[in-house]
Amino acid sequence: MPVTSYLALGAILFSIGLYGVLTKRNAVIVLFSIELMLNAANLNLVAFSKFGLHPSQVGQVFSLFSITVAAAEAAIGIAILFALYRNRGTVEADRMNSLKG
Amino acid sequence: MQWNGEFLAFFLLSVMAIGGAVFMIHFTRVVHMVLALAFTFLSIAGIYVLLHAEFVAAVQVLIYTGAVSILMLFGIMLTKHRTSDHSDSRSRHQLLSFVGVAAFFGVIMWVIYHTPFSGGKAETAKYTVANLGEWVFKQYVIPFELTSVLLLAALVGAVILAKKERDA
Repeated sequence: MPVTSYLALGAILFSIGLYGVLTKRNAVIVLFSIELMLNAANLNLVAFSKFGLHPSQVGQVFSLFSITVAAAEAAIGIAILFALYRNRGTVEADRMNSLKG
Repeated sequence: MQWNGEFLAFFLLSVMAIGGAVFMIHFTRVVHMVLALAFTFLSIAGIYVLLHAEFVAAVQVLIYTGAVSILMLFGIMLTKHRTSDHSDSRSRHQLLSFVGVAAFFGVIMWVIYHTPFSGGKAETAKYTVANLGEWVFKQYVIPFELTSVLLLAALVGAVILAKKERDA
């Protein structure tokens, strides 16, 4: 398979994730869409560890680190959502407007 | 483009990944969305195997389809929400988002298919888990240790944030 196929798959997944972030109301689904976008970026990293001018396994190392950071981000995001849910009683993203002037 | 096993596997896996993501957008029940996206993550693990990244594929299955999906399911089941995520009266917002994302997607695809790609394939016979471990624990050992500190901070932070607040 040429590298463009993998890059195109990554772009498609990233766009779908971006659309989900922009349109979904449930904040949990918004967080999960962000995970989809991070996954698309990881796909590019791993693709360029096989193809390119200087391909090496470092791309896989970077994707491992990015997976770790994404997992930490998901845990913190869910914890913030719980705190917000206790105080506001909702997880709808468009009702979180306390900072709106 | 010849029809060999790699092409067939890539085709199937990418259709599964994109299908899961599209179903995530299309479904109305929140739990179904999470399951569809977990399916997408599983397919991406298959794509990693195609790219000779077996360890990353295993990590993907463990972390994403296992841990993160279950975490999101907990997040849904511990918060009250309308079971269906219907977005009426936001069709203008949806249309604007769709146009913006489509424009972004078009630009990215144009760039991908019009940039001459000068480079070859790596010798994937050397892409073993042992070599990956040498990369991580020799050259990238400091980022690795920093990651452990980050995970510890995330653990403590998540516990403190999700803990019940005492009335002061």
